Amino acid sequence: MLGFLIQRLLQAVAVMVVISALVFVGVFAIGNPIDVLIAPDATQDIRLDTIRRYGFDQPLWKQYLNFVTSLVQGDFGRSFVFNMPVLQLILSRLPATLELTLVAVIGATIIGVPLGMYAGYRPNAVASRAIMGASVLGFSLPTFWIGILFIMGFAVELGWLPAGGRGDTVEAWGIQWSVLTLNGWSHLVLPALTLSLFRMALMIRMARAGMREAMLSDYVRFARAQGISDGKVIFGHVLKNISIPLVTVFGLELAATMAFAVVTETIFSWPGLGKLIIDSIQSLDRPVMVAYLMLVAFLFIMINFSVDIAYAALDPRVRSGRT
Amino acid sequence: MTAALEVRGLKTHFFTRSGAVKAVDGVDLTIERGRVLGLVGESGSGKSVTGLSILGLIDHPGRIVEGSVKLDGQELVGLDRDAARRVRGRRIAMIFQDPMMTLNPVLRVGTQMSMALRAHETVSNDTARERSVRALSRVGLPTPEQCLAAYPHQLSGGMRQRVAIAIALLHSPSVIVADEPTTALDVSIQGQILQEMQRLGAETGVALVWITHDLAVVSSLAHDIAVMYAGRIVEHGPTADVLAQPRHPYTRGLLDSVPGEAKPGEKLAQIPGSIPALIDLPPGCAFRARCSRASGACEAMPEIAEIGGRLARCFHPLEAA
Repeated sequence: MLGFLIQRLLQAVAVMVVISALVFVGVFAIGNPIDVLIAPDATQDIRLDTIRRYGFDQPLWKQYLNFVTSLVQGDFGRSFVFNMPVLQLILSRLPATLELTLVAVIGATIIGVPLGMYAGYRPNAVASRAIMGASVLGFSLPTFWIGILFIMGFAVELGWLPAGGRGDTVEAWGIQWSVLTLNGWSHLVLPALTLSLFRMALMIRMARAGMREAMLSDYVRFARAQGISDGKVIFGHVLKNISIPLVTVFGLELAATMAFAVVTETIFSWPGLGKLIIDSIQSLDRPVMVAYLMLVAFLFIMINFSVDIAYAALDPRVRSGRT
Repeated sequence: MTAALEVRGLKTHFFTRSGAVKAVDGVDLTIERGRVLGLVGESGSGKSVTGLSILGLIDHPGRIVEGSVKLDGQELVGLDRDAARRVRGRRIAMIFQDPMMTLNPVLRVGTQMSMALRAHETVSNDTARERSVRALSRVGLPTPEQCLAAYPHQLSGGMRQRVAIAIALLHSPSVIVADEPTTALDVSIQGQILQEMQRLGAETGVALVWITHDLAVVSSLAHDIAVMYAGRIVEHGPTADVLAQPRHPYTRGLLDSVPGEAKPGEKLAQIPGSIPALIDLPPGCAFRARCSRASGACEAMPEIAEIGGRLARCFHPLEAA
């Protein structure tokens, strides 16, 4: 088990190194960053001075080395636009995205998995067909459209819920959270629901497929031949087996939702990372883009790492395997 | 004395889009306590469906349409879901073919055994453990304690099948239906399991229905043999008689297909053709298209009748040699 963890950790480090190289090439080595940094009418002196200050006169490998060294030290540079340390800027926006995606993905799982399991257990029931039909909608309706529709329905027409923003926040562990206030929740519900519909549909499909397959498997047949009731077969035998693919999807979706909540955040003017990255791309705020990309890569790796650990906890064959 | 298991006129049909598949179409079986019945047939003859029907494990779109299954005199067909569940595993158990698949891969053997115990009894953890250990040592597993803590993938195929047998024996059932339990095992392990089952049958008095396509297995284990073809029993009698002097042409064909007595290089005997599709089966003997003795009379279904000390379903049975 320890060997397994160490191996995964080393892989994670290797991936981070590759990502940093890609990000460096993509953001720093292509195009001329000087043109963004200084005004077009700046003098040659200012120009040379800026080049020297940012190290653009040095060979590429040395620039990369400097880049990595400062990354490791936690120095992502300063935002050109906000003129504050990037790390601080991102961390100030992260909680908003974090709570939005966590609520969306966890909600999708809590609702989607039981629905999918039921649809897999009773594939011919009317309710199951309704669930599967609804999941097709969840898959195919575009997020921005659902978001706009929700705003029109619940915020404009009915006036039940606010159309955007984060609402009241409460500070906990030095960070502002909306999930801790009722007003915050009323702001959170619509964007979280918008974001979770696709994930819910995915969870329903996955849970149903797993359930269908498991119910036909020999171990379920054997368990039923032992006189174990269907409820105990499902929760005692099947659930742990079908959790394995569900955990994978949960992890991937958590990371993907966090990284790409852009559309939903924009529609509901949710002040999260997605909005920040869109703004910084428009203003060519390179340090922010770099830090964001590195952060997203880091999140993916950490989540995959956790998924691997969850695998090992769920499946004894992974634990004792030589992989 | 009531038989441990008595099956009468059992019909299990599967209602598919293209019509009813008559997988089991009128099967009669009787097994006394402590006896072993070998249920033999090709793939698709309906022998596994017969086994599942006896336990009431037929799923949609299949259904028992007719017949009776009596366990120690109690009718099982038509029991409600919960009553049927209370019988399964406690008074009648089943073992399946592939021990790789029948144990849940993500649960320890001990967990699975205590779940099987608790399906019918309320027992403390200690009692569950103690009874599991006893069941495992009874099926000849040398280190039952270790076995309980193991996951299925840590055990060999033979050990897994022993675990499955131990689970089947937990509640001391009257009948065990074994659906090709040795087919997936090595020949040497197969022999051990057969011996173990023979011993357990004699010790516990459990009646055993041994479903297989392997005549060699049946000949060494079963007291009686029932040969199935296209959803019906075609020959049923004491193993020694049936194997030495088969009366139904299909049984003869099966026996000739065993390559044991053929000389190398010689053409192997085989039954021409293959088992007919069970959907829209024409009336009459299902075997007649493959039978060398078939005549016009075979276009009606022959009744199963006593001949030479066993039952056979044929208008033109083979003569005693």
